[in-house]
Parts: sequence; C-alpha cells; structure tokens
Amino acid sequence: MRRFLFVARAVAWRSIHNTLVSPAILLPSIIFPLFFLAAFAGGLSKIADVPNFNYRPGYTAFQFVFVFLQSAAFGGVFTGFAVARDFDSGFARRLLLSAPRRSGIIAGYTVGALLRWFVTATVVTIAALLAGMHVDGGGIDLVGMLGLGILVNLGAALWACGVAMFLRTEQAGPLIQMPVFVIIFLAPVYVPLKLLTGWIHSVASVNPATVALEAARGLFAGSPEKVALAFALLVAGIAVTTVWARRGLASAERAG
Amino acid sequence: MAAEVLNAPGLLEQVAAVARRSVMRTLRQRALLVFPLLFPLILFAINGSALSAATRLPGFPPVSYRAFALAVPFMQGALFVAVTAGTDLARDIESGFFNRLALTPLRGGALLAGQLGGSIVVACVQSVVYLVVGVATGVGIASGVGGALVLLALSILISFGFAGVGTLLAVRFGTGEAVQGFFPLLFVTLFLSSSSLPRSLIKVPWFHAVATYNPVSYLIEGVRSLVITGWDARALALGFGFAIALVILSLGFAVAAMKNRLVRT
Repeated sequence: MRRFLFVARAVAWRSIHNTLVSPAILLPSIIFPLFFLAAFAGGLSKIADVPNFNYRPGYTAFQFVFVFLQSAAFGGVFTGFAVARDFDSGFARRLLLSAPRRSGIIAGYTVGALLRWFVTATVVTIAALLAGMHVDGGGIDLVGMLGLGILVNLGAALWACGVAMFLRTEQAGPLIQMPVFVIIFLAPVYVPLKLLTGWIHSVASVNPATVALEAARGLFAGSPEKVALAFALLVAGIAVTTVWARRGLASAERAG
Repeated sequence: MAAEVLNAPGLLEQVAAVARRSVMRTLRQRALLVFPLLFPLILFAINGSALSAATRLPGFPPVSYRAFALAVPFMQGALFVAVTAGTDLARDIESGFFNRLALTPLRGGALLAGQLGGSIVVACVQSVVYLVVGVATGVGIASGVGGALVLLALSILISFGFAGVGTLLAVRFGTGEAVQGFFPLLFVTLFLSSSSLPRSLIKVPWFHAVATYNPVSYLIEGVRSLVITGWDARALALGFGFAIALVILSLGFAVAAMKNRLVRT
C-alpha cells in the first residue's frame, strides 16, 4: 500500500505541476467550459420562455449544472491526453519500468485529473455567480452535487487512462473524447427531459448521464430527485472503468 | 544560371505541383477527413433534435430546428479546415521542408496557394456531405437546386477564407501546436454568433451585441437564408461580402508573413 501511495503521489504531483506551469494545457480545460457557459446560458437564455420550462433558479443555473458536470468529464478526458502524450514521448515507458507498484500510476493520473478539475470548477462557478446565477440548493445539496461531479470526473479519467494505455499514442485523442462527448450531449442539455421530443427523448431517457444531470440540477435547485440512483449508476460506472483502466495498464505492461 | 531561371516552371505549374502534394497528403490522412466530417454531423444530429423546443418560441422562423441548424455544420467544417491547413503547413515548416522549398525557384504565393489545395478538397467533400445529409434528414432547401449550388459555393468560399487564417497562423508562428492552440479561439467566434438562435431571440444584451458585431453571424445567416428563406439578397450580400473579405484579408496577411519568413530563411 505504501508503494502504491508513493507512486500515486508522485504521478499526481507531476500531473498537477505540468498543468499549472503549462498554460497550453491548463487554459483549454478552463476556457472551453467558460465558452460553453457563455454560449448556452447567454445565447440560449430565451429557451427559458418555452412553455412548460420551469427550472426555478433560472436558465443560467440550468446550464451551469450541465457545464459543471461537463467540465468534470472533460477534466478526465484531458488527463487521458496527457497519458497518451507521455507514451508518445517515451516518459510513460520509463515510468512503467521504475514504478514499484504500477497501479499507482492510474491512481496518480486520476488524482491529478480531479485536482485539475477543482481549478476549472472553481473558475466556472465564480463566472456563473458573477453572471447573476441564483443558487436555490442548500449546503448539503451543493455538497451532493460536488460529489456527483467528482464521480463523473473519476469515471471519465479512468476511461481516458484506459484508452490511452491501450493505444499509447496521441492519435487516440478522438477515441478518448468522442464517446464522452456524445454521452454527455445525448442528455437533456438545453431543456428538461419532458420537453425533448423524437429520438433524442428516447435516447436521453435511457442515458445514464441524464440521471446524473437531473440529480445535479435537482440538488442545485434545492429539490433533490433521483440522487441515490445517480450515485449508484456513477459508482457502477467507476467500477467498470477501473477494470478497463487496469486492463489498459496490463496491455501497456505487456507491450513493454 | 540564366538558363536554369529560364527553365523554371511557370506560376500555374508551381501551384499545381504544390497543390498535388497537398491533396495527396490530405487524402492519405483519412483521420483528417473523417473527424472534421463526423463531428459537425454528430452535433447537427443532437442539437437539431435537442433544441427543437426553440421552434415554439414566438418569433422563431416557421421551419424545423434541423433546417435552422443546417448552416452550423458548414461553419464548423470550415473551422476544421483552418486547423488542417495550418497544421499541414506548420508541419512542413517544422520538418524543414519549407526551408528546402525556399531554396528552389518556387514563389511564395505559389507555395501558399498550392498548400491550400488539400484544404479545398476537404472543404468540397464536407460541404457536399453536409448538404446531402441535411436533405436526407428531411431539410428542404427553400431556394431550390440553384440555391443549393450557391450554398456550396458560399460554404467553400468560407472554408477557403478560414484555410487562409490557418495558413496565416502557421506561417506566423511556425508550429502545429500554436495553430491548434488557436482552435478554441476560432470556435468561440461560432459560439458567440447567431448559430443557435436568430439574433432577434437572443435576450442577453452583451451576447446580442457580440453576435451582431461578429462576422461569423453573417456567414451563418447567408448559408441559412438559402435553406430556410429562399433568395434573400441582403443576407447573401453580407454572407458573400464577409467571406470574400475573409479570403482577401487572411491570404493578404499570409502572403506578407510568408515574405518575412522567406527573408528570415
């Protein structure tokens, strides 16, 4: 366990250090969510006037919750890019050789993803509050929403680590990103589920991301719904992606 | 020496030679074709349905949201063309190929025009695909077959303009990383435009102002007018006007930057 923690701490530290000292890595993960917040909450605010749209804290808050969870997912995805970059540069192979407990590598990258997302989430939250967002949820509700964000970030980071370790090239970028992007955008992003029609309603109804998004929006509005289900689904997702990442690591070990 | 200069290929031959290489390179890298093609289509499929509730807003044009949103993939595709064009040229600069070309009688303008050949191929393919997918999903083109051809022409012109922007960035900064670093900035111009709702329905004042002054709004509205309105002279004049201005400005600055880079070389 000590060796595991030693490796995890070293990899996490390097991941955070690289992020903080390299604007090219840090800025996109902050700027993209801000753009989404501005574009959706600003450009689409009229959507709140659609009949039967009744999210009490308002459209900015409605979109903030989406961007909050989206930034969590993309925080994990960006970590996958870093893993792929480490394989391309040869650093990851040296890391595999030197780490006394290799599963600590995955844990380190994952913790790095989480810490990096905390920076992004803080900036996005401040921006939304400055834009006049109303917060109706209480302290416990907001902690619950943060918990959902953390689980989304962990799940996405483990998925991304797995893909990056299986393919071991930066060209894996679209494969890391695309499934996460599609799953997130197949949730009720712009309007509540009940206002969606056609195929998107059918898909969103069975999309686990919908449950997480609705639970987070409910918590933010102070009227929790589907929270237990959302946590259960995310924990199950993390269990699956942990196995996936571990297999990716085993594949990288075999490749030498 | 004099004989060698006399035997130097003409401008068109020079452009054709560089363009052939650019086209071949683009066709060999299928990922460069597939991702820029698929990504806007996925977003079109999702947003076309997910935002259909917007058609119930008073003042929204009397068309489906999918028809309203069809203009967006053309713009997204053009932004990807900018990155492809810029990254390709930056790779030549980084690998030293550009420096070797600079030692030949090849003119800077020919090199620039030829480098855009691959991008134009991508632009043509993706414009046709977006149009076909749009029509296949039930979007009618209000301006008819002639309008569809004009739409393709405008879309390719816009892509050409953005390819010029990518080329300018590549010549100016000389690295693929720098070109890709500008991609989010280019994407912002799309976010902060009338891409998702008509400008008259944008409620937030600052966003409305930005969208009004953002030329991308007029590029989108030019394409969109052919799909949902028919022949709208004002929208088309603004769309073509801004597209031509983008081509002239981006290529003009790129040629100037090219001269500087060749001098440095």
